[in-house]
Amino acid sequence: MTRPRIRWHIPVFLAPAVVIYTAVMIFPLVNTLRLALFSKIDQERVFVGLDNFRTLFFDPIWSEQFWNALGNNFWFFLIHMLVQNPIGIVLAAILSHPRLRFSALYRSAIFVPTILSFVIVGFAWKLILSPIWGIAPSMLDAVGLKSLFAPWLGKEEYALTTLALISVWQFVGIPMMLIYAALLSIPDEVIEAGEVDGITGMAAFWKIKLPLILPSIGIISILTFVGNFNAFDLIYASQGALAGPDYSTDILGTFMYRTFFGFQLQLGDPHMGSAIASAMFAIILVGVCLYLYGVQSRMRRYQL
Amino acid sequence: MKHTYLKMALLSTALVATGAQAQDAALTIESWRNDDLALWQDKIIPAFEAKHPGIKVQFTPTAPADYNAVLNSKLDAGSAGDLITCRPFDASLALYQAGHLTDLSDLDAMSNFSDVAKAAWQTDDGAATFCVPMASVIHGFIYNKDAFAELGIEVPVTEEEFFAALEKIKEDGSYIPMAMGTNDQWEAATMGYNNIGPNYWKGEEGRLALIRGEQKLTDPQWVEPYATLAKWAPYLGDGYEAQTYPDSQNLFTLGRAAIYPAGSWEISGFNAQAEFEMGAFKPPVKAAGDTCYISDHTDVGIGMNAASANPEAARAFLSWVASPEFAEIFGNALPGFFPLSDTPVELSDPLAKEFVGWRNDCERSIRSTYQILSRGTPNLENDTWGASVAAIKGTSTPEELGVKLQAGLDSWYKPQN
Repeated sequence: MTRPRIRWHIPVFLAPAVVIYTAVMIFPLVNTLRLALFSKIDQERVFVGLDNFRTLFFDPIWSEQFWNALGNNFWFFLIHMLVQNPIGIVLAAILSHPRLRFSALYRSAIFVPTILSFVIVGFAWKLILSPIWGIAPSMLDAVGLKSLFAPWLGKEEYALTTLALISVWQFVGIPMMLIYAALLSIPDEVIEAGEVDGITGMAAFWKIKLPLILPSIGIISILTFVGNFNAFDLIYASQGALAGPDYSTDILGTFMYRTFFGFQLQLGDPHMGSAIASAMFAIILVGVCLYLYGVQSRMRRYQL
Repeated sequence: MKHTYLKMALLSTALVATGAQAQDAALTIESWRNDDLALWQDKIIPAFEAKHPGIKVQFTPTAPADYNAVLNSKLDAGSAGDLITCRPFDASLALYQAGHLTDLSDLDAMSNFSDVAKAAWQTDDGAATFCVPMASVIHGFIYNKDAFAELGIEVPVTEEEFFAALEKIKEDGSYIPMAMGTNDQWEAATMGYNNIGPNYWKGEEGRLALIRGEQKLTDPQWVEPYATLAKWAPYLGDGYEAQTYPDSQNLFTLGRAAIYPAGSWEISGFNAQAEFEMGAFKPPVKAAGDTCYISDHTDVGIGMNAASANPEAARAFLSWVASPEFAEIFGNALPGFFPLSDTPVELSDPLAKEFVGWRNDCERSIRSTYQILSRGTPNLENDTWGASVAAIKGTSTPEELGVKLQAGLDSWYKPQN
């Protein structure tokens, strides 16, 4: 009876990933959580426990901004769920239709905005929608609908929705590609068997394809959730760190940035900034857990 | 063999290092004005080095948006330059309190500056001054002279004339009366509220009273500017809500707008862009003959790194920055950034001359929110941006805005009286 050998190749192969992941992900994350428990008083860093979180959630000035940002984040997410993902599914269904011509061209064209930088997208749309130089007002004018035009990005009531739709335009290619891949992996035999049973056309989509791509839709939802609650770039590029007008486009990302790094005369406060970042982390963690345990694990899977 | 090479290499570097030290004192300047690199290298530094042989100066700017963060980390790491370009007020005060900037109160040349000029780089009690004031920017309105001549409009002096002029331009319809947007928010506060405001709160008198707690943001002199801003809205052109700062600049320099609420820093850019003749007028007063107040905002200063290896050379440089010679080079090379020393400087740019001329007729003040009052949370400056936009859009009444701002200020600021 020999003692089991230590299988050295396992730690050796794991080491690079573990070391890099710890250095660039786990350490900064833990350090951020730690920083949130401190505050700076008279040039000294002092441990204050959960005081920063108390300020964030219960001080009227901070909590108003926090709930506003969180609410905006939910609206941002809702628009993506209601607009981006259904459109993505419809596009994928159309693209996977065997008799559609030039489908590769459409597929690339719809996917291209996804690879553009946020900065480019933000500035391009800002120009398109500009009431002064933009092509949106003149195009509407050409079809006699000039009266429908408003300076959307400058109005409190429209700005966030407009930005969410811009983001949808940019990222609709991702759900489309994922669903497209899922649709292609459905074997023809299944569809043909359905046809034999008299299920064709739209019914085939609802009764056969949709149940088979549900797990992919689940993954897309969770990717959208994480992406939207971590969003920052588009708002910052188009509206700046103050997320105007009147904080109507302020989301947790911009709120955290403004607090952490400071803005104009407001000096940066790394400790409150870390508290916000920790809150963001907690919200995303809870959301992902709820989803993974509540939805994903109960989803029925089919052996194809 | 290998060893000898290494030793020789070490020896030679040591020799070079000591050689350089014996010859000159080298100074490095930290700055966010990377636009001014050529000016410093071609004009300012040669002029200084000609007078002070033995001191070599290097200007090493950082991008403006990164400056504060980069400077802080350099100072903490001990690798920052000898001379440090100072942002006004709290950013620099924090550096002084952290021991990074030297107290310069004993510098002889400090007597060349007025109290207002020095206020941006002093401790709250005014006991220590830690940066030499370099430049200020003045607020006012730049107008299209051709447009005014075409429509037969006189330069407005009173508020009534100002709005009459706007109305006339609007009626004529060939120009947008005034180029300003609310998208970026700061213009509404900086070029709006703090531009016209000093005439209401009587410049320094009101500003200092507010800091001492003798006046409140709910007082009429602080609320009325919002009411006036609200009257600007109909003259700002279609879709001003989404108009950005560069949009406004372009509208004006393309000749599509007649009036531009301005800061003097626009002058060099506008000179390069606009093809028509420009003039400037100061913020209109309520009644003809009233004393006028202008915002002559201290913006750039320069101080000394407390850890500098060459304090003597650095002091020599700072004294020179405080001299009229520097003021003349700087003021003429950068029209729109006005030297702060008490000796008047002869400027050649006509538009800059107009701006700086107001210093003779008007009382000078700085932006009301910059000193002390924007230290806490909520930040009064940021809130003023939002309030000025709300006033123009008409989403809140001026009185509501005053109440809201004062409540925010009261939540953390306790004046010492």
